[in-house]
Amino acid sequence: MAERRTSLPVLSRRTALKGAGAALGIGAFGVSISPLTKAIGELTLSDLLQKHYKELTDDERGRVLARFEAQAKDDLGVEVSIDDPKPIPGVKFVYAINLSVCNGNGKCVEACHKENNHDRASKQSYIRVLELPRGSTDLEGADSTYTHAVPAKDKYYLPVQCQQCDNPPCVKACPVEATWKEDDGIVVVDYSWCIGCRYCEAACPYHARRFNWQEPTIPPEEVNPDQGYLSNRIRPQGVVEKCHYCLHRTRKGRLPACLEACPTGARVFGNILDPESEIRWVLENKRVFFLKEELGTQPAFFYFFDD
Amino acid sequence: MPARAPETGAGRGGVFRRLGLVLMLAGLSAVVTLGALNPGSRDRAQIEPQTLAPPRFATTIRRPEPPAGASAGLDERGRQVSIACMVCHSTRTPNARNATMADLDEFHQGMHVAHGGLTCLSCHNADDYGALRLAGGARIEFADVQTLCAQCHAKIVRSYDHGAHGGMTGYWDLNRGGRVRNGCLDCHDPHAPAFPQMIPTFKPIDRFLEPAHG
Repeated sequence: MAERRTSLPVLSRRTALKGAGAALGIGAFGVSISPLTKAIGELTLSDLLQKHYKELTDDERGRVLARFEAQAKDDLGVEVSIDDPKPIPGVKFVYAINLSVCNGNGKCVEACHKENNHDRASKQSYIRVLELPRGSTDLEGADSTYTHAVPAKDKYYLPVQCQQCDNPPCVKACPVEATWKEDDGIVVVDYSWCIGCRYCEAACPYHARRFNWQEPTIPPEEVNPDQGYLSNRIRPQGVVEKCHYCLHRTRKGRLPACLEACPTGARVFGNILDPESEIRWVLENKRVFFLKEELGTQPAFFYFFDD
Repeated sequence: MPARAPETGAGRGGVFRRLGLVLMLAGLSAVVTLGALNPGSRDRAQIEPQTLAPPRFATTIRRPEPPAGASAGLDERGRQVSIACMVCHSTRTPNARNATMADLDEFHQGMHVAHGGLTCLSCHNADDYGALRLAGGARIEFADVQTLCAQCHAKIVRSYDHGAHGGMTGYWDLNRGGRVRNGCLDCHDPHAPAFPQMIPTFKPIDRFLEPAHG
């Protein structure tokens, strides 16, 4: 035994196996992280190190906005202005739709698509107009793909978008706090913090959240340059997004794009805390309801009838 | 002058009393300052002037132009020719018995009219075809047609006046910018006011609607 041991070459069986194992391990590790390196390839170091929206100082936020503007210039050759308007003190936004008037023409869907820089290929939009049999509120029997002339006989139309719930199930579902409710009632998403797990999408009873399956593509000449950090800046692939009441417009006093586009004048928007506002008059004088009241989500989005 | 009062007191007692007064004044001023900084009271001060003061910007309601005239067919090049109302109506005597288009033997024929049981002269002014006429007989300009519509559609007008009927563009906050509102005739043809059917032009592609095993 002793003789054999001394006659062994420098590389023992054990050392050889160790070496082979280590090489295999390093190789396997390389292969396993290769999708990660590919994903990171599109991100800059500043993207990776960016803090949560709420932790950004004013200086840092300014630099982040400038970086996104430069990225838009690099990627699309478009001059965009990305702003970050804050909630206005004393304002809580509420929306209402007149179902006696809405005829399901879908101009709001298209206006949202253009205003919010949605992916052109999937014709993404935050609004889905449901066609329902008159007298029914069974949303499972609704159709959102109709192409016939509207309004069709014995049908009514129910545009559904984010209801900006006061008790939002989506916010509770998010494991990384990438979505939260702001002081003016708008539920927002930090697209730079979202990990794309889609828990919020599953938690929303209104099917209001959208996921970017692909890198959104928009022809440069169609990009809306008036953008907001928490609203319509061009989103990356793999994040969730949703209606934000056009906060880049509404927090500067303007009406939402879907309201301006509505050819029937079915949409009413405003500040529920202002007793003189149109929305207050609607809530105080019309027959009003909200969707899925029994879930306790407390939407800031109402539907009403004229008669 | 109460601060001078302690000077009459002798020795340490006077000093302490003076110190106490200074502390009390400091405390009072602190309370006043804190009250002014209280965020709750500041918010209220910001809201009230906004809602109580008249808005800084106006709401403009779009008003219709008077009609250019009636169609008189096509000219030799195939272009529409229209004739101003008064070309014919200044020389013709109005016939109140002509209630519908079918009663006419020239002009305005074939026009689609579906507005309840209204006749031409329910709204048009037989004394002046350049204007309209209210139910009571008063003349009213084309631009003010909403007053005429309001005679029958009071409930809609009530909604309209409260911003709950009719499309608009501009600002929800009239302290930051103005607003333009559609008038009745921007959406409703006065001769056939029912809102027309439309073809939806834009449909998002929902992933869950794709064939599952396509």
